[in-house]
Amino acid sequence: MSRDRRRVILYSMLFLVAFLAVWQLVAEPAGASGKARGLPGPLAVGRTAVEMIANPFYDNGPNDKGIGLQLLASLGRLAMGYVAASLAAILLGVTLGLSPILYRAVNPYIQILKPISPLAWMPLFLYTIKDSGQAAVLVIFMSSLWPTLANTAFGVASIKRDYLNVAAILQLSWWRRLVTVILPAAAPAIVAGLRISIGSAWVAIVAAEMLIGGTGIGYFVWNEWNNLALTSVIFAIVAIGFIGVLLDAGLGRLSRRLAYSE
Amino acid sequence: MALLEIDHVTKHFPAPDGRGHVCVFREVAFAIAEGEFVTMVGHSGCGKSTLLNIIAGLEAPSTGGVVLDGREVTRPGMDRMVVFQNFSLMPWMTVFENIRLAVRAAQPDWGRKDVAQYVQRYIDMVGLSGAERKRPAALSGGMRQRVGLARAFSTQPKVLLLDEPFAQIDALTRSVIQDELVRMWTASRNTVFMVTHDVDEAILLSDRIALMTSGPEARLAEIVTVKLARPRVRAELIDDPEYLRLRTHIMRFLVERSRDS
Repeated sequence: MSRDRRRVILYSMLFLVAFLAVWQLVAEPAGASGKARGLPGPLAVGRTAVEMIANPFYDNGPNDKGIGLQLLASLGRLAMGYVAASLAAILLGVTLGLSPILYRAVNPYIQILKPISPLAWMPLFLYTIKDSGQAAVLVIFMSSLWPTLANTAFGVASIKRDYLNVAAILQLSWWRRLVTVILPAAAPAIVAGLRISIGSAWVAIVAAEMLIGGTGIGYFVWNEWNNLALTSVIFAIVAIGFIGVLLDAGLGRLSRRLAYSE
Repeated sequence: MALLEIDHVTKHFPAPDGRGHVCVFREVAFAIAEGEFVTMVGHSGCGKSTLLNIIAGLEAPSTGGVVLDGREVTRPGMDRMVVFQNFSLMPWMTVFENIRLAVRAAQPDWGRKDVAQYVQRYIDMVGLSGAERKRPAALSGGMRQRVGLARAFSTQPKVLLLDEPFAQIDALTRSVIQDELVRMWTASRNTVFMVTHDVDEAILLSDRIALMTSGPEARLAEIVTVKLARPRVRAELIDDPEYLRLRTHIMRFLVERSRDS
């Protein structure tokens, strides 16, 4: 381990300890039930965390499930919406990236659709498909579509002419051209888009689940707030953060595998 | 009969200021026989690389046309492989994969094993054994162009198009790879059209050398026949009176005559 690295870790730890100490000082002592009137401190949250991690998959009916089940429900929705959105975005992005005219014709609409909060679509989805679970998946779809689409189109449009010339000389079929030249050449840009997308999907799912209720980490946060179980709320917030980091790290590894230098 | 015919090809581009056209070269006409090595020499901007791209089918002529084996060239094809100045290897593929991409395209009916064996043969031929699994970024310019040559030769095209293939390679390595090209060409006797501004390279390799005047509106001034017996050895050529005569002739053309039209 280098000296710099050791210092980085030392400072990180110091910041964490300082933060927890200040938090403990301003927090009110928790009652025996764990339901404090003020903000619960880190020790109270820690006790709750230990309880929740010890038994993450219990199921005592609709309003009382373990945090593991809630996270799995959210990740399941995320997977469905995200995979569908990514496939659609890559397909459309490659099409746009290969055709400058189509790209310019469609781009204004993408620019208008991109800044819309995915949650704004929720009423429309609820009204049209009348299923809150599917509506939530569609919200995830909308939240993870645009970054991948924009990055794929840009990545494909900026593939070096030389590579396409080689593909043309070799008379590769469109499928081989796609798989052996276009996708690998644009892969770094595409994965960068996928990485942004999974972040915004994970952000959107908490809010979507607060709205639809039922299961999921977002609903869990809202439900515990209604129970005034703030230690659970805080622990869930931390869990959301950790899952987000793991999702990003997974795509980070993929991005390193697909990177190339010229 | 000529295998490749450049039939009065003219190329112009839209002028940079948006008004009218700039003519790069006008009415270039010559033919290349099967098995012949023809090189085009001219200053930068005479459009020689553009002409090579037109033969490759990557660009369209403004007027005139290119006929290969009795058929007009309209688009790129496997019968005309290009060796690019900047190598144009796929950077995300290994050496082996780069050549395999071409072999698979040329021999769609071959099984996996046959393809792999054939690819390996060409890797060995250009002295890259051991570097099969390296990516281009890990190779020197000279090694990258060896891959480019192996890729081009491995498809057994009717015509090889070499676009200043050694321009980006350091001088010491260049002569080694030129010798390698001579060896490969001697074995295969491919028809080759090469573009270069290196006069010694042109004389060493070519049967005939086409001299272009300077652009814009470049023309094909003359075609010189190289009457030097093969195999040509670099060290012996230097003292050969015919070599010296040719070299002086071409150099004088490039310095003095390429400007007047």
